[in-house]
Amino acid sequence: MGIRVENLVKSFGSVRVVDHVSFEVRPGELVALLGPSGGGKSTVLRMIAGLEAADSGEVWLDGARVDHLHARDRQVGFVFQHYALFRHMTVADNIAFGLSVRKIPLAEQKERVATLLEVMGLPGMGERMPSQLSGGQRQRVALARALAPRPKLLLLDEPFGAVDAKVREELRRWLRKLHDEVHTTSIFVTHDQEEAFAIADRVMIISQGKLEQAGSPVEILDNPATEFVARFVGDVNVLPGVSRQGHVHVGRVSVPAEDPHPDGTAVNVVVRAYDLKFWREDGAGVATVRRVMTVGDRVRVEAWLDEVEAPIFAQFPRRSSLLHGVEAGCRIAVEITQARAWAVHAPDAR
Amino acid sequence: MRGSLLLRLGVVAWVTALVALPVTVLVLRGVEDGPHAFWIAVSDPTAIDALVLSLWTAALATTINAVVGTAVAWVLVRWDVPGRRVIAALVDLPLAIPTLVAGVLLVALFGPQTAVGHVLIGLGIPVAFARTGIVMALLFVTLPFVVRAVEPVLEELDPAEEEAAYTMGATRFTTLVRVLLPPILPAVAAGAVQTFARSVAEFGSLAAVSGNIPHRTLVAPVYILGEVEAGNPGGAASVSLVLLAIALSLQPLAGALARRAGARHA
Repeated sequence: MGIRVENLVKSFGSVRVVDHVSFEVRPGELVALLGPSGGGKSTVLRMIAGLEAADSGEVWLDGARVDHLHARDRQVGFVFQHYALFRHMTVADNIAFGLSVRKIPLAEQKERVATLLEVMGLPGMGERMPSQLSGGQRQRVALARALAPRPKLLLLDEPFGAVDAKVREELRRWLRKLHDEVHTTSIFVTHDQEEAFAIADRVMIISQGKLEQAGSPVEILDNPATEFVARFVGDVNVLPGVSRQGHVHVGRVSVPAEDPHPDGTAVNVVVRAYDLKFWREDGAGVATVRRVMTVGDRVRVEAWLDEVEAPIFAQFPRRSSLLHGVEAGCRIAVEITQARAWAVHAPDAR
Repeated sequence: MRGSLLLRLGVVAWVTALVALPVTVLVLRGVEDGPHAFWIAVSDPTAIDALVLSLWTAALATTINAVVGTAVAWVLVRWDVPGRRVIAALVDLPLAIPTLVAGVLLVALFGPQTAVGHVLIGLGIPVAFARTGIVMALLFVTLPFVVRAVEPVLEELDPAEEEAAYTMGATRFTTLVRVLLPPILPAVAAGAVQTFARSVAEFGSLAAVSGNIPHRTLVAPVYILGEVEAGNPGGAASVSLVLLAIALSLQPLAGALARRAGARHA
């Protein structure tokens, strides 16, 4: 079942938290709404579910307009960050809730609950109370409860935000697997890029109430549509530069421009940590190394660029030949292999 | 060691002298003239009417405040109404005002000499010196109990539970009955038990507002004082014993409910 939202707008008081957001999700897709906290992603999700009324705009579900419907009539499953399990009910009663309010025969309810407990990896836990479960288990119960009435659409609001890192990793993989089996069209909200890129078919970047870009993880990483997306996604350097004759110059370093700007335009050059080369160049070079850190299988080198007076950092595989002799205090040459440049809007947005 | 032993003995002696001793004396005094005298004292028609009046007005006030108190707590916790703090302070006011003053307030507002009282008497619903006044006084002095019992539990309740119910197709009514009420019910009941116990024992405000007319508006605590003053301490002790029995039987119930309410949102 597909979903389309058009020109959604929502303000709380004088603050516009959602600003003309439009997008479409194809049937069976798993989509992530990614962005900084407070950017309006959750509000978009809540408006789709009918938990929040939009000031204007439309929500279409499966070809029918639903924005005038109450949440109970939209057939949308919702998973909350803090589970929102009914604490006075057993796990089984929680999962059966959506079925019992729809007056599904008891035998059928029981069967569906048993199936879902199985699918969720919670067999035999039906009679427990939510307080007897771990965070990861509770969130799986919440997911089972949302899926029980066979919703047209599954919405998850920071679903793994309340569990610790290890469980989060596990739940992620498991959500992807579940989605591949059940195929319910799903949208989840997260502020964690790793999470979004690891499991979503498509990622939508939302910031300050606006949809910045929608695309596959690779599209967003390789072709950021806006400066915000370029800065937000991945580990990046933002350096001051000038556009001249098809090149972008950062001090004495230059790189062919992917985005043409008129000569003399001041630009912000966004360079990913892995699109840089450093090598030792005693007595010359354009930067001085400040710190060399080993982080797992990678080495992070932080340096200071002479002319533009700005920090720059790069990451290399641990055994990279580029690291020969690179140590704190030494002089290095810098090569930018790939960069994107955006004209500076005064005043500087950094 | 010796200091702590002394402290323990001191505490035991203090509680014994302050609480256990008077209660024991009351029990002994109530039954010292034998079961027959006890029976005569509590089966006195005036005493029975006073006890019955105390019980039903307490039950009515408890029922109303259980509902209204829950609603007040709901509004205080969930709604950002203007003047929320003022309302919260007002709810606690009855605890701060001497209850006799509360009774006087009601007489000043609804007494036969006042304009409001005059109109109400004309409508056939006198408040001061009538049963309506008794119930109103009880509602006033016991208002905080249910509100303060329910409030912390409501604060713990995640609004998302309600929203979850809606997204699963539940109506407002189903959500209220199956999702919202069950977790707060023990707290409501705990507050209600407190309200009832206080209502049955209420003296000050009722002495002022009820008019103390035997068989009509004379409540048990005021009746007991009357018996003491009339030189019948035995009869007073007997009826007191009945009130004491009611209070003591409610005590463990209140404790159990409060524990349950606490355990639920732990």
